[in-house]
Amino acid sequence: MNDVVIQTNAITKTYESGSNSVHALRGIDLTVHRGEFIAVMGQSGSGKSTLMNVLGCLDTPTSGNYLIDDVHVETLNKNELAALRNEKIGFVFQGFNLLARTSALENVELPLLYDRSGRKRDSRAMAIAALGRVGLADRVNHQPSELSGGQQQRVAIARALVTEPALVLADEPTGNLDSRTSIEVMALFQALNEQGITIVLVTHEPDVAVYAKRIVEVRDGRIRRDEPVKNRRNAAEDLANTEVLDDDDVTSVSAPVITPAAAVAVAGGVA
Amino acid sequence: MKLMTLVKLALQAIRKNKMRATLTMLGIIIGVAAVIVMVAVGYGARSRIKEQINNLGTNMIVITPGASATGGVSQGAQAFATLTVDDATKIRNEAQYVTAISPVVATRMQVVAPQGNWRTSINGVDIDYQTIRNWTTSDGAFFGPDDVRSAHTVAVLGRTVAQRLFPNSEPVGQEVQIGKVPFTIVGVLVPKGQTAAGTDSDDVILVPYTTASSRLSGRARIPQIIASAASQQDIPAAQDEVRALVRESHKLTQGDDDDFTIKNQNELADAAASSTDVMTMLMAAIASISLLVGGIGIMNIMLVSVTERTREIGIRLAIGARGSDVLTQFLVESIVMGVIGGAIGLLVGFIGAKVLGHFTGWETVISPVIMIISIGFSGAVGVFFGFYPARKAAALNPIQALRYE
Repeated sequence: MNDVVIQTNAITKTYESGSNSVHALRGIDLTVHRGEFIAVMGQSGSGKSTLMNVLGCLDTPTSGNYLIDDVHVETLNKNELAALRNEKIGFVFQGFNLLARTSALENVELPLLYDRSGRKRDSRAMAIAALGRVGLADRVNHQPSELSGGQQQRVAIARALVTEPALVLADEPTGNLDSRTSIEVMALFQALNEQGITIVLVTHEPDVAVYAKRIVEVRDGRIRRDEPVKNRRNAAEDLANTEVLDDDDVTSVSAPVITPAAAVAVAGGVA
Repeated sequence: MKLMTLVKLALQAIRKNKMRATLTMLGIIIGVAAVIVMVAVGYGARSRIKEQINNLGTNMIVITPGASATGGVSQGAQAFATLTVDDATKIRNEAQYVTAISPVVATRMQVVAPQGNWRTSINGVDIDYQTIRNWTTSDGAFFGPDDVRSAHTVAVLGRTVAQRLFPNSEPVGQEVQIGKVPFTIVGVLVPKGQTAAGTDSDDVILVPYTTASSRLSGRARIPQIIASAASQQDIPAAQDEVRALVRESHKLTQGDDDDFTIKNQNELADAAASSTDVMTMLMAAIASISLLVGGIGIMNIMLVSVTERTREIGIRLAIGARGSDVLTQFLVESIVMGVIGGAIGLLVGFIGAKVLGHFTGWETVISPVIMIISIGFSGAVGVFFGFYPARKAAALNPIQALRYE
């Protein structure tokens, strides 16, 4: 096992719609090392969603090579792709995508139900541990409807972590959250990254991207910019600052969204 | 995934949509209940007929002349020999398992009494007849061994005959004329009611078989011998024994076919009951149409459910479920729905049959076999009608499913 989690080699993706074909990706070369925290940026239509689908093994490239954790993706069939997603990738979606009327614990347990390697025995204990990692140990039996947006997203992150994947792939994870909760979620991602988890974050918000270590900008199906983040921000610190502001100005608006216990847990994780 | 997990998932999904699941299952419930009630009524009729046949006598064996029912080919004139009184005597003397035996010499004749006349069956029988048929007299007594030995002209009347010939007076001790021969009435039988075939078993006169063959029909050959085995278990042994003895009596050698037929009571009962089976099948077939409609209901709801839960399917596929996992999940869900519906339908059918039986007086019989079949069948309905929606779910593209609003 080497240091490289993702290596793509001239990946292209072409969609045929009727007579004209759409070139969503026109040759992407991207290498992601273990422990990196990358923000993939781009406008809508830039191809970043397609890239994310390909990186997440939800879609296969039209041409080019894709190697994830030493596995050649382009040679795999549908079932092998499913197993690969289960083992190597943790997904975090914009809309949380939790199962409604299903407890946080069962939501987090879900990927383990589809584990065929047999290495995940005690799925319940693993799910509880994952929820503990995102600071929701006290919300194990809550249903998504009983949780705030930030908490729901943290359940989703726990679900992504529970299989101990090589890569966490987050697609606009803050898209449905207010700015304060967004920072909270980014603080969690930063904390997890500190613990050695490789994260690829797809976003169109520069405000969010500054919490990553490296920015890859996609435009017209090609990588236009690939550089380390200058002026990287620490989400935990930003959170502490906004908290002061909140106390003074807009307590009544944003206070119900966040439970103080959760905020402390996140801040504690970073420290 | 483990089966338990799948069933748990299915139950969760059903619980999340209680009302809808209940309405969906209603189709299956009604279907299964209808089948159960129909079959229960049919089986009830069957067992009633069997009971009537059993009413004929105790552990009865019936020997009739002629080739066995399965042999259609003519055996030739001589081989088509019939039973004789000698056969009956031989069985009586030599058989171990036969406790009672009586030839039945049957004719139909006009009977004349002072107050009226009536045409009825005259059965010449032995004294064992009342044991075999389990038929006692209500007035007077059955004729005795002496009457048989000496061929006395004595008669025992069935209840119907007694009422027809002696509407106003006591028949015992009076005389009737059967054909040209005067007979003294010694007894009247207790009423037995209708036979399984719907004829009146009390429309009969019993006389000693010796008298019947010498004075009435003039035939030495007899149309039927009836016998009783000691117990239900002895019936097969008794049948074999009787067969061997009659073959010996008829001097049949190894290769010859039987020139007579032996049937026991159970076989007679089965033959009579088989006609009701056709009716039962027909009713069950009609009832099972509603089961089919219920199945279509399941399919419809599963299709709606798959569309509704497209996102859920997308999530499952994204986090590593295979198409087959999703297929199994939805299939198990529809099977569970079918089986639960079947179980409730079984209960409703059970109660329905009892209620129906209570109000109509029909006997209803619910066999365990039909219970298992109906549950199994409703599960099969779940598989059959759940497969298409489940396959549709499994074929979804995870990217599109995740984006589905």
